[in-house]
This record gives sequence, structure tokens and C-alpha cells, in this order.
Amino acid sequence: MPLFLDDEQTMLRDTARDFVSEQMPVAHMRKLRDEKNADGFSRDHWKSFAEMGFTGILIPEADGGLGLGHVEAGVVLEEIGRNLSPSPFLTTAVAAVEALRGSAQRDRWFPGILAGETVAALAIDEKPKHNGQVAMQAKRAGNGYRLSGAKQFVTHGHVADLMIVAAHVEDNADVTLFAVPAGTAGVTATPERLTDASIAAHVQFDEVQLDGDAVIGGEDGGAAYARLLDAARIGASAEMLGVGGGAMDRTMTYLKDRKQFGVAIGSFQALQHRAAHLYSELEVARAAVLKAQQLLDTGSDEAAMAAAVAKAMTGLATTLAVQEGIQMHGGIGMTDEHDIGFYMKRGRVLAEMFGDTNFHADAVARMAGF
Amino acid sequence: MTEALDTFRAETRAWLEANCPPEMRQPMRSEKDANWGGRNAEYQPGQKDWMDAMASRGWTVPDWPKAYGGGGLSPAETKILREEMARLGCRNPLNSFGISMLGPALLKYGTEEQKLEHLPKIARGEIRWCQGYSEPNAGSDLAGLATSAEDKGDHFLVNGQKVWTSYADQADWIFCLVRTDRTNKHRGISFVLFDMETPGVSTRPILLISGYSPFCETFFDDVKVPKENLVGELNRGWDVAKYLLGHEREMISGMGGESGNRALHSLAREKIGLDGEGRLADPLLRAQMALYEVRSRAFKAMSERFIDELKSGQAHPAQPSMMKYYGTELNKTRNELMMAAGGSDLLEWESDASNGGAAARAWLRTKANSIEGGTSEIQLNIIAKRILDLPGA
Repeated sequence: MPLFLDDEQTMLRDTARDFVSEQMPVAHMRKLRDEKNADGFSRDHWKSFAEMGFTGILIPEADGGLGLGHVEAGVVLEEIGRNLSPSPFLTTAVAAVEALRGSAQRDRWFPGILAGETVAALAIDEKPKHNGQVAMQAKRAGNGYRLSGAKQFVTHGHVADLMIVAAHVEDNADVTLFAVPAGTAGVTATPERLTDASIAAHVQFDEVQLDGDAVIGGEDGGAAYARLLDAARIGASAEMLGVGGGAMDRTMTYLKDRKQFGVAIGSFQALQHRAAHLYSELEVARAAVLKAQQLLDTGSDEAAMAAAVAKAMTGLATTLAVQEGIQMHGGIGMTDEHDIGFYMKRGRVLAEMFGDTNFHADAVARMAGF
Repeated sequence: MTEALDTFRAETRAWLEANCPPEMRQPMRSEKDANWGGRNAEYQPGQKDWMDAMASRGWTVPDWPKAYGGGGLSPAETKILREEMARLGCRNPLNSFGISMLGPALLKYGTEEQKLEHLPKIARGEIRWCQGYSEPNAGSDLAGLATSAEDKGDHFLVNGQKVWTSYADQADWIFCLVRTDRTNKHRGISFVLFDMETPGVSTRPILLISGYSPFCETFFDDVKVPKENLVGELNRGWDVAKYLLGHEREMISGMGGESGNRALHSLAREKIGLDGEGRLADPLLRAQMALYEVRSRAFKAMSERFIDELKSGQAHPAQPSMMKYYGTELNKTRNELMMAAGGSDLLEWESDASNGGAAARAWLRTKANSIEGGTSEIQLNIIAKRILDLPGA
């Protein structure tokens, strides 16, 4: 399989690019922020995402979806990133769908996701730094389980119809995923607005009683959790690549337009070399992301390594892109009025999500044997 | 389609198993283990058999047309051959500037006679080529070159000097940039080929900081070059030169890679040791190595993407500059990490334990990677202008 988008994937990218940039440009995010929108995203736009078929990309055809893969989902995620569009796409249509695919719960949740009515959130982190560790325990209780503990950085947690919770069953070393519907007694989500105006919740689980069939994919030795993490990390990488690319595009335009000393500042070699270096970093990151998507789609056992490389590399490249973005814009880049600052904020949030560059570089080193 | 490729993969794997000598499946210990072919080659055990076996199938140049000694393989088949060679740990059967640089230029700009004369000899490793580009006063500003070729009717008379000519003292033929018009800088350059045994050609090796002499000064004193050895049009050699430089940059960008990374890991484990959790006992070096590993693995994906895009005609024409810049900087980083991991053991210059200072010499050699074939700064200039379309300074 060649490592570039095929014709159909390119068509999907063009469609997604036109749709997202027209319907949900940066001004859309700014408007939601300014009016202190309590959902953190627009439900109308989530519906139109579904009408475009995007929410069903990863849902099998037999379940009413498009039956496509993570390359295609990534194409959409990159445009979301490029336009800083607030959307539950990553948590719902990518990570949750990946976890639910083939499970008994899919019939309950896929129709709502396909219709753009259902939002899913991922309750994984328990510490301010994602460390891959889960301490929360699910006690066996009757035919089901009882969950207690706290999660944080749960994006869309306050409005989620479905929360996917990672916990250990008793002392089992593997992590099991639980599907917790909205309104379940004992679940309290406290929303907090983040730096980038997105909303994530601290979620408290207080003796939450769940049926036995709340387990996604059974107690499966951590397989569903691993798939969810790979999908979430590779998806976050694709969105981050879009953030970095969007920041770079704006910065290149500025370098050509802005004049000082009577010439475009982009004619200065000091800036040209930094721009060319940034281009190189983003190109390399793009290749790493596409490779990871392809490996995940073919079910390769190299997908976890590729996911770690992709997340670490996009962290490096996009962080550089947003930093150079503000520096090269100069004073105007520091103003709230200009959009480039939003890219830095979104890049920071995505860099932390599902493990930052250091976390994944450490994982790469472990897997490589040092 | 997929079925045919699966069959090709199975056949290729079986053929490689049967035909790659055991010695050629061992990792190279130093750059001295590379086979460059040519009239004066001194082969290590297995080297010539391996080269000849591959050449018999056209697989030293798998994607060249069969008529010119190639294998006539499709991009997908070429990729499979490469993957299967990597799986078995097969060494490159033939290192060659003829394959990586001159060949692609001849395929694009050469006459049919030139292709039939030169390409099969390159494919079979019979003729070793060197590149006459840089001059004492034409480095980064390569088009400022002054070596002259005077029109003498049936031949050119070449006079001047080249420098940094890789392995000129061991090469059989040279592809050379010469000035054929002094009034036009870029459109006064021509691209010619000639035998290094032609009267008037002499070479002098340059001793480098590594203690080796991979480069030479090359002198031309009234060298007669037949007119039929002009490649492309008269005074349009710059087009050929630039096209070829793209291929040189691809080649340099591909150095190092996975086997080098594994060597770094095992060296660090041996010299530094592991802590109770199996991590290198030096946490700061480990952190640097981890970030290098991320970039290196991401760049491996980039190399795959670049080749796939190149073979399908989708790569930006200036993309080799990005590959060259990134690949050489990574290779330098890896060698710095090797030296940091090896400590004083790797400082030994002549000992048997250090294999004659092989790692230190390789480390010093890599410093030229970001200079030869256009410096990193020149590559960044090219990216800025041709890909990012930033205004000329």
C-alpha cells in the first residue's frame, strides 16, 4: 500500500476541507467562545457532520456506516484541526466507535452517532499528566459492577450521552472499558473551560451501579482499551497535524504580506530558514501519522509503536509551528483579535491529550529496548 | 493485482534465501565493507557473487528498464524487493554513484547510444563513476564553476580543477560539469562524461579529519573529451546537474537508518547498563536517544512516503532538499549519541577493540553529510523559495 492518500481519500479530503472551512472556520469557534456556549460545540453542526456521513466513517457498513478506516477519519480530523472547529468527532466518531465496533453495545449507540445526536466522552485520566495508568477499580456487585473514583480531562464529559470509563475489575491487571449512559446515578460531571475554550469535565463516580452488560467487549485482557488508546492517540495526532498546518499556512501568508524595511519580511533568510525547518518537521510528522493510520487499519501489531511515534512527532512539529506562528507574527500575534493565538492554545491542549511527547518518546524507547 | 504481488513476494523471498551469500547478510562493520564495483575492485568473500547474482536479474537497479540492465520492476514490486532484502538483512549488492546519480540523469537526458553504452555497465558494477561538480571557488555557488571545455571540432579540450570529488582516485569514469560559455552563468555550463584514464587527468586524495581520504582534488590538463560524450544540450548542463543533485540528495538522506539505530541501542546498553526497570541507567542520555528515536522512525515513514510519491510522480520537485536536510541532520545526531554512549572506549583511534577507531571516524565523516551535495543552509534556501514560495532576498 503506497504511503499517500489514494484517489477516493483525496476526494474525501477535498470534501471535508470545503465543508469544514465553510461551515466551521475559526470565526465559528470564536463566536462560541464569546457567547460562552455551555455545550462547548454546536449541536447543529454535529448534525450536519452526520448528514455529510462523517460520523459513520468508522462504523461498519453492516451497522449502517461507511465502513472506512482511520486514514479516512484522519482526513476529517485534520480539517477540524486546521479550522480549530469545536467538535465531538474525535471522542465520539473515532475513539468511542473504535471501542464499540463489534461489541454488543453497538446497536444501542451507533444509530445516535450516525444521526449526529449522540456525543461520547472518554473517562481515562486520573492525574493531570496522562501516564497510561488507571487506578480506578470496578468491584463486582451482583450481576454487575460498582464504580467509584474520579476522572479528569474528560472532554465533552458534561454533555456526553455515553461515557466510556477505563477501570480495573477488582485486582485484574488489565484495564476494562465500561459504557456509562448519561443520567446514571452517582455520576457527577463538573465542566471546566480550558485554555482553548473547549470544555472538559472532572467526573466523580460515587458507588455507581452498572449492569454486567456495561462492559465493552467483555473482560478481554485489555484489548478494547488498547484499541481505544491507539485510535484516540492517532486521531489526536491527525487533528494536531491540522493545527500545525493551519498555523504554518497563516504564518507563511503573513511572511509574504507583512513589510518592514521596505520589503516582505519573508525575504529575510533568518526567517526563511526557520520556515523551511518548520516545513520539514511537519512533513515528517504527516508521514508518521499516515503510517500509523494505515497500520491501525490493517490491524498490524506495529500500530502501538507507530501511534507513539505519531503522537510524539506531531507534538514536536505542531508545538514548533504554533510557537513560530506567534513569534513571526510579532505583536499582532499576541492579540486576542488575531486568530494565530488560538492555534497555540489548541495545540497545547491536543499535545497533552492521551499522552504528551515525553510520555510517548519514553514509550518508544521502551518498545525499542532501551 | 494483490495476488500477483503476493506471488512476487514469495518468489523474491525464496530467490534471496537461495542466492544471498551468508557473508552478505551480516551488517557492515564500517564503510570499508561497502562494494563499489569497478575495474579496480577488490572483493571481499561473497561480494562479487552477490553483486553478479543480483545483476543477472537486473536487481542492482530493479526499477530501470530491462533493455539497460535493469529489472523492469513496478514501484510496488521494487518496494517488495527492498522489504524482502531488509527482512533477510541483505547488504546492498552495489554502492554506486552510477546507480544513484548518473543513471537517472542518463535515463532522462541521455541519447539512446549513451544509455546502451553506459547503463548496463553501471548495473553490472563494471564501471565505477565519480562526480566532478565542486571547485575551489564554486561550492555552495556551484554555478560559478570555471573548469573550461573548449570546442575543438570533434572534441572538447577540458582544463581546470575539481575538488571534493568522492573516490576519484578509485573511479573509472567521471561525470563532470564544465564551462562552455563564459558570458552566461547558468546557461554556459555543459555536462560531459569521460574516462579517468584519459591523458591529462590526475587526482590527489585529501586527508580528512576522520583520517580517511574519501575525497580528492582532481586536475584536468588538456583532457580530450569526444563530442558524443556531451549529455543533454550544449550549455544546458545545469538542468542535468540540478536533476542529478535531486537524486544525490535522496541518496545522502537515506544513510544511517534502522541498523544504525540498533547499533546505538546495543552500544548504549553495553557501555552504560540498564536500571532495575530495563531502562538505560543514564536518564538524560536516554531522553535524548528517545527523542532522536521518535524523529528517526518518523523520518523512516517519510522516506517511504517520499519514494512512493516520487515513483508515482506526486513528489514536489524540491522535496529531495527536505529529505537531504532532515536525513543528514538526523545522521549527525545519531553519531553524536554514539560518541556520548561509548565514552572513552570510542575515543580510541587505532586499537583492535575499537576496530581502528571505526565509530569515531564515522562520527567525524558524518559532519560532511550536511555540507556535501549542497549544505543544509542551501537546502533550506531551496525549500523556502521553491516549496514555500517565499520572496527572494
